[in-house]
Amino acid sequence: MLLEVRSLCLSYGKREVVHNLSFTVDKGECLCVVGGNGSGKSTLLRTLLGLQKATCGEVVLGEGLSHKGIGYLPQAMAAQADFPALAREVIRSGLLGSKGLRPWYTNAERQYADNAAEVMRITNLLNRPFRDLSGGQQRRVLLARAFCATRSLLLLDEPAAGLDAASAEELSLCLERIRKEEGVAILLVTHDPADVLRHADRILTLSTDSTLWDIEEVVRT
Amino acid sequence: MMDSLLSYWEIPLFRYALFGGVLVALCAALLGTTLVLRRFSMIGDGLSHIGFGALAAASVANVLPMAVAIPVMIAAAFLLLRGSAQGKLRGDAAVALMSTTCLAAGMILTYLGGGTNVDLMNYLFGSIFSLSQKDLWLAIALASLVLPCYGLLYHRIFAVTFDEPFARATGVQAGAFQFATAVFTALTIVLGMRLTGTLLISCLLVFPTLSAMRINGSFFGVTLISAAIGVGCFLLGFVLACLYPGGLPAGASIVAVNAAAFSICAGAGEIVRRRRAHH
Repeated sequence: MLLEVRSLCLSYGKREVVHNLSFTVDKGECLCVVGGNGSGKSTLLRTLLGLQKATCGEVVLGEGLSHKGIGYLPQAMAAQADFPALAREVIRSGLLGSKGLRPWYTNAERQYADNAAEVMRITNLLNRPFRDLSGGQQRRVLLARAFCATRSLLLLDEPAAGLDAASAEELSLCLERIRKEEGVAILLVTHDPADVLRHADRILTLSTDSTLWDIEEVVRT
Repeated sequence: MMDSLLSYWEIPLFRYALFGGVLVALCAALLGTTLVLRRFSMIGDGLSHIGFGALAAASVANVLPMAVAIPVMIAAAFLLLRGSAQGKLRGDAAVALMSTTCLAAGMILTYLGGGTNVDLMNYLFGSIFSLSQKDLWLAIALASLVLPCYGLLYHRIFAVTFDEPFARATGVQAGAFQFATAVFTALTIVLGMRLTGTLLISCLLVFPTLSAMRINGSFFGVTLISAAIGVGCFLLGFVLACLYPGGLPAGASIVAVNAAAFSICAGAGEIVRRRRAHH
């Protein structure tokens, strides 16, 4: 077991958004988290990343995983349209958690980042400025960065939001490669039923009533 | 022309201004990269006004100006950088509030303390030849702190600047960063106020980065180019101010050269973009 959440309570400001939540994420599986705005999805992600404390309950990490070793794709960022950074620089920044205080990247680390780009099929974009890429390409660069930060678990916060159908499809193919070829588990927050149908092994539904949450297995025929 | 430069070289105050200025311009350009990209472009302007208020208070109370200005500005820089991250008072609004209040307080204190004081006027508009040997040592100390830190923490600085939540999730101590940025920015501005004056100090922080961003799309490239532009524009502006018949105010001359460099970079960047779109 990679991650176990035991009777977790979470608050957003003063309001309790999640009450007494328990679930697990196993190696290589995909857990989809769905629920309306304000149901606590992003708060849950922040807690799993160790950025926020739970009001009660605990998050247990297994298999040598640490908070730093979880890859994270944040929701689409605003207002960085002119940021000067090459796709390569962005992807490599995912390696920071495992790099320690050494001020440069080793060859093995560079290789690892290039491999992440290969998994997302963006090797040809590595030397392009991030600001010149399309929305879908940017999202795949950020996914490669998240992939660099982990060997076992990725948290994705609405990765396909705002993308056109073709870009969303490319992203979905990336997610499949990450799971099937690289064996990385995914916790996917999404609003898109198509994503859930395609990727989910199990579905965690959160609601605006903090006590009403539900987890169900997806049976594939 | 070389002759007059050589004759200037004989004057200690010229050399203090030259070396001190180069170091401060370099530190300002490097810190400016992360400040501009994190949308804190106005922090330099705000801090220098706060510094002006602190200096006025020190001069009225008759204590060592730097002993008051440095701690006050470090505290203010930290509050401004942190406050807007927490979103209680938006960054630009907080800067506007604090800077005008402190500038006004400085003016009132100066007035009550016996009218306009030459030293305070120098702080407002800059007086590059007022850099003493002690200031030069302070500039050397600042640069020998900022440059190694920047080199060692370069990748972390990039990560925090590009995407703070992600950087925190990978274990970067963003709070410590904010504190270090605040301290370095405050020290750079205290020294820079002598060079260009309170009213023009922002230029040293923001112009080099904005110019570099027009012509380069990598963070590494922008960092190096902005350092080069910052130092180059300082030297050119300073020498121009000295050589111009009758002299020019050095601070304004440095800003003018920076503005010219920005126009050139913006033009060059636009031409390259159009060519690329054409092909």
